[in-house]
Amino acid sequence: MGAIRVLIAKPGLDGHDRGAKVIARALRDAGMEVIYTGLRQTPEMIAEAALQEDVDVVGLSILSGAHMALVPRIREVMNEHGLKDVFLIVGGIIPDEDKAKLSALGVQGIFGPGANTEDIATFIRELMEAQGT
Amino acid sequence: MTQELAQAMLNGSRRALAQLLTAVENEREGVDQALAALFPHTGRAWVIGITGAPGTGKSTLVNALAKAYRAQDKTVGIIAVDPTSPFTGGAILGDRIRMRDLSGDPGIFIRSMATRGSLGGLARATRDAVRVLDAGGYDIILVETVGAGQNEVAIVRTAHTTVVVEAPGLGDEVQAIKAGILEIADVLVVNKADRPGVTNTVRALRTMLELGHPTARRLISHHGQRLEVPATNGHDAPLWLPPIVQTVASENKGIDELAAAVDQHRRHLEAAESLDSMERQHIEIELEDRLRESLLRRLLERLPADSVQAVIERVQARTLDPQGAVDELIAQAEDGI
Repeated sequence: MGAIRVLIAKPGLDGHDRGAKVIARALRDAGMEVIYTGLRQTPEMIAEAALQEDVDVVGLSILSGAHMALVPRIREVMNEHGLKDVFLIVGGIIPDEDKAKLSALGVQGIFGPGANTEDIATFIRELMEAQGT
Repeated sequence: MTQELAQAMLNGSRRALAQLLTAVENEREGVDQALAALFPHTGRAWVIGITGAPGTGKSTLVNALAKAYRAQDKTVGIIAVDPTSPFTGGAILGDRIRMRDLSGDPGIFIRSMATRGSLGGLARATRDAVRVLDAGGYDIILVETVGAGQNEVAIVRTAHTTVVVEAPGLGDEVQAIKAGILEIADVLVVNKADRPGVTNTVRALRTMLELGHPTARRLISHHGQRLEVPATNGHDAPLWLPPIVQTVASENKGIDELAAAVDQHRRHLEAAESLDSMERQHIEIELEDRLRESLLRRLLERLPADSVQAVIERVQARTLDPQGAVDELIAQAEDGI
């Protein structure tokens, strides 16, 4: 009914957010409303923003390699805020052995550096449709 | 479902508040009843509109102002509006970037909103969103409009105090004299006041104010005497002359002065009993808007599905004029059922 709302956040100490901005722009061009929060977000900040903005999806951009520390914590705080049904997707350099672990923790999608931005938009739309039925 | 959200929000659930705002934005079924249930809980918040050209520092100012109100122990709801792309329907809502200081404070609630095709600097749902925050118990509601040019003045129909933000070097004196956005200011802010050109900007704004308020209180030199002319706005209420406040929002400079100016405006409205007439005006405009929307929706519901398309084709073929088409549609809807 309304537009799909996505929070794009950069947790941790990465120094630049070019990739996150590219994704934000691509999702906007796919007709979504993208809330962009900038660099160095703590898990608590991300969960709080997701709650206030009532987003459907949280997209994390992580290049630092700290994903195994950050992502489970973010999922945990989101769940504590009652956001269990909010999808979590991660973009960045994630080794294969971590992917399965993250999926098991409640990460719905993982995208590497070469991912096509249109595929990400399609993926989100399909997640939403699957949830709607 | 939406009714339950309203109840949960009144019981203090922030998640329910957020979901209710979504319901309002999406015009979800049952939202009218939820808003009706919340209405008796509204009317307590002071609503401050923050508007101005892109790049003047509105978000940073909202961030600083919200902190100032928190220091006074007031809770603050924030609605930050950004434009929807007319081509894709998507939007990037980036105002939270400048509001990171406010994170983690349970006395603050920030919501970003896309305009979704609405003109005037606000989203269609902004008015109802303000009402939801009001019912949610926030003392102060800050509404940041889209980066506004000279005509995005819809904020005055929602806000009690409208703050127009300028910055040095954005426009010359001619810009300041133009009608529109500057005329709606209850408080004028010159942000980034540490930049060169600030004196010129302030002077230009002051000139504009004096031109725009010819009945304003002023001192006239008459044979060496200074006479004070009491100003009126036609109802014997003293006229409000918008103060000009200089701020450097990124360094928290001038923010207490801004909060004080807003407070002064509030007391002015309350003392002059202008608040009643302002609220009556707001209600009148809102009812007119809603009436127009409801009538349009009902009319379209009563028309056969293809009748609008049919008259569009005739107008395009120049066999029917636009007003004639409208009259025909109304006539059709009237005998339709």
